[in-house]
Amino acid sequence: MGNSGNAGAGLALRADRPQALSWPRPDAGRPAVEIAHLRKTYGELVAVDDVSFSVAEGEIFGVLGPNGAGKTTIVECAIGLRAPDSGTIRLLGMDARADRDEVHEVVGVQLQSSAQPDRLRVGEILDMYQSFYREPADVKELTDALGLGGKRNDYYRSLSGGQRQRLSVALALIGRPKVAVLDEMTTGLDPQARRDAWELIEGMRERGVTILLVTHFMEEAERLCDRVALVDNGRVVALGTPASLAAQARGGKSVRFSPSAPFDDRVLTDLPEVTRVGHEGNHVVVTGTGELVNAVLFALDAAGVTARDVQLNSSNLDEAFVALTGDASTARKEN
Amino acid sequence: MTTLSLSPPATRRRTAFSKIVRNEARLAWRRPIGLIGGVGIPVVLLIIFGELPAFQQPTAALGGFTAFELYVPVLVVFSLAMLALLGLPVPLASYRELGVLRRLSTTPVSPTWVLAAQGVVQGCVALITMVVIFVGAMVAFGVSAPRNPGGVVLSIGLSIAGFFPIGLVIAAISRTASGASVVGRIAFFPLMFFAGLWLPRQLMPTVLLDISNYSPLGAAVEAIQYAMLQGFPPVAPLLVLAAYALAFGFLAKRFFRWE
Repeated sequence: MGNSGNAGAGLALRADRPQALSWPRPDAGRPAVEIAHLRKTYGELVAVDDVSFSVAEGEIFGVLGPNGAGKTTIVECAIGLRAPDSGTIRLLGMDARADRDEVHEVVGVQLQSSAQPDRLRVGEILDMYQSFYREPADVKELTDALGLGGKRNDYYRSLSGGQRQRLSVALALIGRPKVAVLDEMTTGLDPQARRDAWELIEGMRERGVTILLVTHFMEEAERLCDRVALVDNGRVVALGTPASLAAQARGGKSVRFSPSAPFDDRVLTDLPEVTRVGHEGNHVVVTGTGELVNAVLFALDAAGVTARDVQLNSSNLDEAFVALTGDASTARKEN
Repeated sequence: MTTLSLSPPATRRRTAFSKIVRNEARLAWRRPIGLIGGVGIPVVLLIIFGELPAFQQPTAALGGFTAFELYVPVLVVFSLAMLALLGLPVPLASYRELGVLRRLSTTPVSPTWVLAAQGVVQGCVALITMVVIFVGAMVAFGVSAPRNPGGVVLSIGLSIAGFFPIGLVIAAISRTASGASVVGRIAFFPLMFFAGLWLPRQLMPTVLLDISNYSPLGAAVEAIQYAMLQGFPPVAPLLVLAAYALAFGFLAKRFFRWE
């Protein structure tokens, strides 16, 4: 990462550029975020139930799940905005609510749907937030790094959606946090702005900032996250690297084809490589491991069936998402 | 979230608070609807009433005072009520709507600082308006100096204490800035009627006067008029204002939400 060589639209927070921004180095060995048995209900509704995970310092950790899964509740409890019903939350060893004052010094937050007054200028907003923190970043350097340097004198209301989003990221980073919590930071951004934001996150990784990233965008989690917790109905249904989740979901790959003639599924299910045979309209989807394609095509040929329109897919996080949450609609909507 | 965070050292707290105040002042200036209502209209009315010859005649029906003398306290209350019922709740509701208050509660400062900064800005505007109205009335239109200056200050202080919690309750019950603005205006005009903006309290029939005596703006006008023209104000309007301060203070504390 960071060596992709594309222009990056003024995002100088990458390792291969001269760095103006200095950042505190992490203390090794201590988890940045520890959440244990978190439970939160709103009346009858159980929003989050027995959620536990821990994020190492310097790690980019994704909380992934469909809308309404409880992601934002987890984040709001983690940063002390909401009191959990039970469970413990430690941020850099501190209690999210009891040690709130110190937590707020070292944890930068980007909230979903948080705006600024229309008639304040970008520089005025950043200047104010900067004054809240012990060892803040420089406003000029930060805005330059985020490609907002030319916008410091502009009113908030004149900013585009992407610029507003970058400003909210700037506000999350203005206190030079050790942990940044970003809730749906790329939602509503166009593809270029989204890529710019990803490069920014990768730049933050270079300086050892721990990032808790909430997203329902698979590609984002696959590209950025070291590990991911997949959340559904308020519970963690899977936890691991994006690759391991993908493997866990489907055990490998799938092949999709249109058969020239009907055939008995047992032709394929009897094969050791095949774990599952499914039908989607005229197409057959076979999932399995090993030399799946060869085995399937050979068996079909032996049964006198020709496979047309053959497609091979390695399973990815997208499929893991669908398989583990049973929510195909959400997973596909964003693609 | 509702407690004033005292953790950052004093100098940083001062800097942070002054930056919040500065931005609040900028917003008040750049969207001057509150300044127009709270400063512009009362000053314009002062000039218009001051130029009306009929308003300068001592009138028996008005207790021997001129209509203009009686209107000066009404304009003072107009200005304070504008700031309290519209100038305070509309930005607060807007901040809550935008998520600004929620966002602030994740920083080392507390969203209560915004409320305090609003108080500073609105307080400065109110002070300037009071000075302009009183000095203008005395210098340009020949109103005599207050009979009991201490009583005027006390009455204005209690008026502020009574009005601003009402504004907080408006901010509490309104979901959006435009909602707060509607509720504020719906409250403002009837209350201003009972304060005697259209019909001096001295000419109100008994029923209306009774209502006026127990309304916050009416009680404020009663107290300020008395302190301006006669002497230390009677206890009744002062107690009414104190009761509004306590009752709406309690409601505001109970129902105001930061998010």
